[in-house]
Amino acid sequence: MRRLLLRVFLVLALPVLLLLAWWVASDGSTQVYWPPLRTILRTFPDVWTGERLRADVLPSVLRLLAGYGTAAVAGVALGTLIGSHRRVRAVCEPVLEFLRAVPPPVLVPVIMLFAGIGDTMKIVVIASGCVWPVLLNTVEGVRAVDPVMLDTARCYGITGPARLRHLVLRGASPQIFAGLRQALSLGIILMVISEMFAASDGIGFTIVQFQRGFAIPGMWTGILVLGLLGFLLSVVFRLVERRVLDWYHGLRASARRSP
Amino acid sequence: MLDVRGLRKVYEGSGRRVEAVRDLSLTVEAGELVCLVGPSGCGKTTLLKCVGGLLTATAGEVLLEGRRVTGPPPGMAFVFQEYGRSLFPWLRVGANVELPLKQKGLAGARRRELVADALESVGLADAAGAYPWQLSGGMQQRVAIARALAYEPRVLLMDEPFAAVDAQTRADLEDLVRGLWRERGMTILFVTHDIDEAVYLGERVVVLSASPTVVREQLKVDLPASRDQLHTRVAPRFAELRTHVYEQIQAAKRGAPARVTASDRPPPH
Amino acid sequence: MNAALGAAGLAAFLALGEAVPRLGLVKEAYFPPTSRIAVALGDEVRDGAFWSALGDTLTGWALGLVIAVAAGITAGVVVSVVPYLRAATASTIEFLRPIPSVALIPLAVLLHGTGLRSVLLLVVYAAFWQVLVQTLYGIQDVDPVADETARSYGLGTWARIRHVLWPTALPYVMTGVRLAASVALILAVTAELVIGAPGLGARIAVAQTSQAVPEMYALIVVTGLLGLLVNVGARTVERRALAWHQSVRGEVAV
Repeated sequence: MRRLLLRVFLVLALPVLLLLAWWVASDGSTQVYWPPLRTILRTFPDVWTGERLRADVLPSVLRLLAGYGTAAVAGVALGTLIGSHRRVRAVCEPVLEFLRAVPPPVLVPVIMLFAGIGDTMKIVVIASGCVWPVLLNTVEGVRAVDPVMLDTARCYGITGPARLRHLVLRGASPQIFAGLRQALSLGIILMVISEMFAASDGIGFTIVQFQRGFAIPGMWTGILVLGLLGFLLSVVFRLVERRVLDWYHGLRASARRSP
Repeated sequence: MLDVRGLRKVYEGSGRRVEAVRDLSLTVEAGELVCLVGPSGCGKTTLLKCVGGLLTATAGEVLLEGRRVTGPPPGMAFVFQEYGRSLFPWLRVGANVELPLKQKGLAGARRRELVADALESVGLADAAGAYPWQLSGGMQQRVAIARALAYEPRVLLMDEPFAAVDAQTRADLEDLVRGLWRERGMTILFVTHDIDEAVYLGERVVVLSASPTVVREQLKVDLPASRDQLHTRVAPRFAELRTHVYEQIQAAKRGAPARVTASDRPPPH
Repeated sequence: MNAALGAAGLAAFLALGEAVPRLGLVKEAYFPPTSRIAVALGDEVRDGAFWSALGDTLTGWALGLVIAVAAGITAGVVVSVVPYLRAATASTIEFLRPIPSVALIPLAVLLHGTGLRSVLLLVVYAAFWQVLVQTLYGIQDVDPVADETARSYGLGTWARIRHVLWPTALPYVMTGVRLAASVALILAVTAELVIGAPGLGARIAVAQTSQAVPEMYALIVVTGLLGLLVNVGARTVERRALAWHQSVRGEVAV
């Protein structure tokens, strides 16, 4: 019981302390860009009403999910293909290294040429930025599947789709998830940027509107919303990852105990 | 049952040619337990992988029940030395044993029956719900053996399966394999570098030469069928046989030419 | 063999870039052929403004990276060494880390306009967490027996950091630096592109608004090459720095 209390205390103490510090330090602040936390929090429910959640947050999140999902599927599929064939990998490697190295936000102007400024553009931007970490990590993961396991699968007639499902993808899943995690933070960045460039709705669009209109407390609430969204998505990701990679964390822990 | 005829395997890569196996012939009768023993570094594993259809021979052929082996044949199961890397760490023990059966297309009820029976046979009836990495090394190798048993192979290939477990576990596992063989009447080809293990387990011991590998001698083990760690290993005949094999292996290491011995005959007392 | 295949792949990629617009599969106005991009790249290289833009981008990147690495390592060591601090900061770190640094763009614009400080704010915020988290993982990996041994021989806190914590954590820290280096470049270019701070990103934005499509592609190629250099360079540094280490560890999937 005491240990539980200590844990709860340790989890909550610093965040509460920081919020208090922010509250106290900003209270009575007259600087335009650093409004009191009191004001920001009072503005929050006025700005982020149900209507705004539907009109701005929902489209952002849907576009993110569509782009991220496309990137995940395409990255894993192409990565598996490239990773399974030594020759294909050798041919593609330099080109992939280059494409991965292009900072994804510079793709926004290019994709705007092709896809205009609608939802398609934003989804394509997110997908084309997120695909590289997934793709390259999948290639690495598939390449590193244990040869003894591959032999085992051959011996016991585990071939074709079953081999892919039960061996290759499962074996590569720790690396695939590392790629998916990198892609998620990239995806959020691209979601915001694509909306800052050209949009009529979305969280990024709203924040920029507030900034341009010097609605500073409103802008701050937007930053808080983005932060909360990033945090929430990372919590969801972690839950999924914990479920799927349960075996991997156990394996690592047991290897650590008996080196 | 199993015929290896003039098998030759040459590895080629980046300007180097390594001849691992040279013109090797060997016959295993149905229901036999044959141990292959040779100096370390000889092509034992290569030979076994060729027999199992995991490697393609450079020349010669392997016949299983008269049919030429070109890939892993359905009636054959393999137990690897690296148990930790042969079991899938993302599947629980039961699922590891069951997966090959699913691929065979067996019905659910039959699969469950085979899995339960195989785990029971290796003494791991309770471990079906555990992950392999939660078990000790010896237990993991038992799971690998259970997976092979459930597959109901006619031929079981075992590649130094006990090289990485401690001595006591090893003795238990040797008795387990011997017991399963007597009970189920499978054909077993068992590769080892341990002379005592080969003589203790085998009905016949095939001594291999140093690389490039050929058969140096074949030796019938005329010990009683019922063996146990305590009495068999101190029997004078056991000592004679192991000394004989030991000398052969030492000679093989020195590269001395093999005495031509009629195969399948025990050495004189 | 692999190099030849790779070169073939690259050649095919370039040829495809030439052929697709020439054959009219996409509009040349949107996707100029490789040769025209190459010509535009040649023009850029002869332009002094291009080099000063490149210099600006590199300045923002390098300065931001250095600050983030120094702060990340210091914070990581302090948090790990001081009792209870690791447990007390865990929830805060887990909350702050996923906050996308681009959320700070409006604030950066208001506070620093299009100056270098805006770029630095974004770059440092994004890169800092990469270094911090890897440092924490690295120190967590320290063998308790080694630490106990050091304690029992009466080594002080400083000596323990120097001889026990640091060598163990170094491979992780290097991984963090490598990840931070590429994230820093992404954010530096992003800040220039969105805010308009001088640099390659701003030049891309200008090329876009003036419909100079081949120039835009040429600049994107330059950012890609820059990214490639950063990746290869970071990996080389990592390998050099860890050549002595008994095991170059893989990165932790966090």
